[in-house]
Amino acid sequence: MAKPKVATTSLAGCFGCHMSLLDIDDRILKLVELVDFDKSPIDDIKEFTGQCAIGLVEGGCANEENVRVLQDFRKHCDILISVGDCATMGGLPALRNTITLEECLNEAYLDGPTVYNPDGVIPNDKEIPLCLDRVYPCNEVVKIDYNLPGCPPSADTLWEALVALLTDKPVSLPYELIKYD
Amino acid sequence: MSTDKSKRIVIEPVTRVEGHGKVSILLDENNKVKQARLHIVEFRGFERFIQGRPFWEVPVLVQRLCGICPVSHHLAAAKAMDIIVGGENLTPTAEKVRRLMHYGQTLQSHALHFFHLCSPDLLFGFDADPAVRNVIGIAAKFPELAVQGVMMRKFGQEIIKATAGKKIHGTGAIPGGINKNISIEERDDFLKDIDQMMEWSRGSVKIAKDYTIENIDMLAPFGSFDSSHMSLIRADGAMDLYHGGLRVIDFEGNKILDHVDYQNYTDYIAEEVKSWSYMKFPFLKSLGTDKGWYRVGPLARLNTCDFIDTPEAEAARKEFMAVTNGKPNNISMAYHWARMIELLHSVEKIKELLNDPDLQGTDLVVKGDRREEAVGLIEAPRGTLFHHYKVNEDDQVTMANLIVSTTHNNVPMNTAVTKVAEEYISGVPEITEGLLNRVEVAIRAYDPCLSCATHAMGKMPLVITLYDHAGNEIDKKSKQ
Ligand code: SF4
Repeated sequence: MAKPKVATTSLAGCFGCHMSLLDIDDRILKLVELVDFDKSPIDDIKEFTGQCAIGLVEGGCANEENVRVLQDFRKHCDILISVGDCATMGGLPALRNTITLEECLNEAYLDGPTVYNPDGVIPNDKEIPLCLDRVYPCNEVVKIDYNLPGCPPSADTLWEALVALLTDKPVSLPYELIKYD
Repeated sequence: MSTDKSKRIVIEPVTRVEGHGKVSILLDENNKVKQARLHIVEFRGFERFIQGRPFWEVPVLVQRLCGICPVSHHLAAAKAMDIIVGGENLTPTAEKVRRLMHYGQTLQSHALHFFHLCSPDLLFGFDADPAVRNVIGIAAKFPELAVQGVMMRKFGQEIIKATAGKKIHGTGAIPGGINKNISIEERDDFLKDIDQMMEWSRGSVKIAKDYTIENIDMLAPFGSFDSSHMSLIRADGAMDLYHGGLRVIDFEGNKILDHVDYQNYTDYIAEEVKSWSYMKFPFLKSLGTDKGWYRVGPLARLNTCDFIDTPEAEAARKEFMAVTNGKPNNISMAYHWARMIELLHSVEKIKELLNDPDLQGTDLVVKGDRREEAVGLIEAPRGTLFHHYKVNEDDQVTMANLIVSTTHNNVPMNTAVTKVAEEYISGVPEITEGLLNRVEVAIRAYDPCLSCATHAMGKMPLVITLYDHAGNEIDKKSKQ
């Protein structure tokens, strides 16, 4: 029987959730026995090769590309999991939601103490994606099946949840593994 | 879209979709490279939304910009906040525990970068089948090496956990000090494994050194160029990853700045804004935007320092400098060797610190005269990291300015990509596998954190699209 596939992505996150997955250390070799990684920064696969059993999403949506990737993940993954506080509720990047995007851009590109910008340019090339008005948690963009809280969720939390889902057991996360930080 | 007769190629690392960075190449009528650009496609707005937050939150908040080297942001912010609370002269225990945290961070980050990300390029060759040229391929063919990489990273992460409370986004450093020391049990746990780490890091230096020397003819011109180099430097000229003054040298080694107090960094450094990237382009004001750029990171640190204060890394540094007859090394691919020398240095430092009884001291925090403005700098794994804050009398942040390591290397990475593109595209109006592979290898030498997304765990899958001058797609290739 073919192994189930897992896909992962980082949207408006810091990659800490992916690092936490790496912190399962040598268990990564066991994980590779249980699953094949599909589209993920862990390997070379850029586009989905087919339907995946599990999609892990780190980060919320801060620009138009984040939204596109997230919709693509929803389409290709049977179970879609928000990993970490950014994906689940916006996290640190969502601190900008109380401020207008314009003010944020002005501070970074016009007003900062080391800015050199004689022409008053704000980055706007068509090669770079447009920012959204605010940062959206994943469940405001697509349906999410599970949320794993934490910033990041610990390696053990990720391991327990993944193994339970992959072996068809109920996910049971004891108190110590659920952290909201 | 340009109106002249030029063609555009777009390379998108880890995909346009994951979007943290991508490359576009513009060709002229003769299919020669007219311009190559690395676009950073992420914008956070941190400088603005941090305003109004209480200053003591900052070391914990800012590290959430980067989960690959959070400790660097944590410590740079803490160093600034030390000054705000008048506590920059830390107790020996506080300074040593912070240094231990920082060397643990450097160890885990350098191990991750070298073993998980770059060793496939070096061990299998740039043109090897992408199906095996990844970390799983390394695990299959060189299982011992893969295990060493995983275990060295783990050791570094455990040090971080012991000093910061958590492997990722810890809380150990607070304004004026730290919130815990290192217990005897914690220390003994690490001492048990330290000699193994020493042995593995010697082996890592050897792999990087042998590879560089054996392939020097191919590596020397690869994406290489002369540039200035910047890093912090200790008062006696030693490499120091935690604290010091700023030194900048030119490509021949002449000093442009030396022992500069970084509290005045705005007198020396500015950042240019360009429309095509969310990442700014720093330069030395005295030399201007065209000539004032410089490199940071392991290569720059090896070039700027007079010596390394641990014996084995110092011996390795001498071998490194001998390759360029004691002059600065300007070879992009030499970053890997320099990085492994720093990995060895970090392990030596960790060993030295673990044997220091100050780690068990109980005097953890100092405070003095409150101040309103401060700059904190640190040598992060990827290079010099600047944090600058103003805080009002209600303890709220009113201004924040960050120049992160990868930003300093913005022009250098663009230059490296241009060099590689010129070599592998000129005259051929199509995308070759050689180009695909080499653009990512050149970018990866700089270990950019933009690729938080693109290369944290593996490789940068690339897609290149070739457009004619009217914007019609004429070729598209991806590496799968
Ligand atoms: S939840 Fe935390 S660790 Fe995960 S991406 Fe967000 S900031 Fe990073």
